[in-house]
Amino acid sequence: MGDLRRTPLNTVHRESGAKMVPFGDWDMPVEYAGLISEHLAVRKAAGLFDVSHMGEFEIEGEGALAFLQRVTANDVAKLSDGRAQYSALPNASGCPIDDVILYRRAADRYLMIVNAANIEKDLAWLQSQGPSGCEVRDVSDERALVALQGPRSESILQALTSIDLSQLKFYRFVEGDVNGRRALVARTGYTGEDGFELMVAPGEVVELWAALLDAGKDEGLVPAGLGARDTLRLEARMLLYGNDMDETTTLVEAGLGWVVSLDEAKGDYNGRAVLAEQKASGAPSALVGFEVVGRGIARHGHPVYLGEQAVGAVTSGSYAPFLQKNIGLCYLPSARAVEGTEFDVDVRGRRLPARVVPTPFYKRPR
Amino acid sequence: MNPEELRYSKDHEWIRVDGDRGRIGITDYAQNQLGDVVFLELPEVGRTLTAGEQFGTVESVKAVSELFSPVTGEVVEVNSELTSKPELINEDPQGEAWMVVVRITDPASVQALMDAEAYKALVESEAK
Repeated sequence: MGDLRRTPLNTVHRESGAKMVPFGDWDMPVEYAGLISEHLAVRKAAGLFDVSHMGEFEIEGEGALAFLQRVTANDVAKLSDGRAQYSALPNASGCPIDDVILYRRAADRYLMIVNAANIEKDLAWLQSQGPSGCEVRDVSDERALVALQGPRSESILQALTSIDLSQLKFYRFVEGDVNGRRALVARTGYTGEDGFELMVAPGEVVELWAALLDAGKDEGLVPAGLGARDTLRLEARMLLYGNDMDETTTLVEAGLGWVVSLDEAKGDYNGRAVLAEQKASGAPSALVGFEVVGRGIARHGHPVYLGEQAVGAVTSGSYAPFLQKNIGLCYLPSARAVEGTEFDVDVRGRRLPARVVPTPFYKRPR
Repeated sequence: MNPEELRYSKDHEWIRVDGDRGRIGITDYAQNQLGDVVFLELPEVGRTLTAGEQFGTVESVKAVSELFSPVTGEVVEVNSELTSKPELINEDPQGEAWMVVVRITDPASVQALMDAEAYKALVESEAK
């Protein structure tokens, strides 16, 4: 293993006493004061996350829309300037190469945010799909990204910008000044709470981080690590690429049929035929949310049994700090992927009963 | 942080020996490495343990850690309240959050443990 990569905030994390762990190729903060307190701060006030390890691609040129329609599952034509869209890059089998967020900055200028672990794979994949009339450029090293998440986010960020945040709706973004520097401000996130993701130049993120923490110090804002990010996204049933979905699970099986466009005008794209067939006639399996009924914590990789039949493994599982329950996600055969189905999780040789429950496990009050 | 009167194992358990009884828990360093503890599994009274044998499991939100008996003996008392309040392991690991009391049947297994100074050196070497 070579040296781990560091975000521009690495020294700031270390000096603040964060517990650092290897996360893929990156040296990242897993927690600062403690995972549970950070998780609850995001649900009740606000948390600030360094997600600069994520990747960003610019897709620009007059052919950008046509190219993106061919390589993504969602309908890119639904975007207008200043709108963002959750989507995926399916392979020919309808399984995601990655899940992404696509931003339309102008009719011929798009930005794609991809998972850190997939930057090289995605870039190679997109290049292999023959972009014509547009250029795909990896700008990951030219962007830093922080996420301000939680119900107090708007009032905290408003103190640092003249952008009227009350007018910025969910999954919209603007480019303007924050703390006196150019930033892309998107009302998006990965926690199930209201919040923003702020993209700035790497050289400016240390100052922005400090300014945000200062602006939020009387509002309960705390720095939050990847540990809380994972438990927050699980409570909200947001999927983690590589765990809950990968190149062997179709988007329909993963419950992402809502990002699969079958609009005629979108035209053909990778996996469309498979996905259309599964949307119409059903898929063999489906990702479900479950609660552990007995005492114990189901975790990623633990085998799942329906009676004596091994049917797979837990894809994500954890103690849920806000719900104070042990929850998880796993694939079940579609016929059994219904609320109330009881099954067992093998936790180190012991059968732990679990039950399929509706998701998201947590939905924020509005 | 590491009281003088306790003995320590390389697996980060402590034991407070009083006659033939030994009260066992995990060290402050161990709880700090784990993070917020949310689940604990302990043995039944009457179980016999050999030094180094697994006697339970402690889980934080992110990690699972096995508990290993520092000595050879028989479990005579279990802190069953702790299983419903596992957060005490973070708050008072070397006091209120004791886990079991064993009747030590092999005093030599106590002699093999570390004193506070040796344990401090172990922790410092692991932290590097």
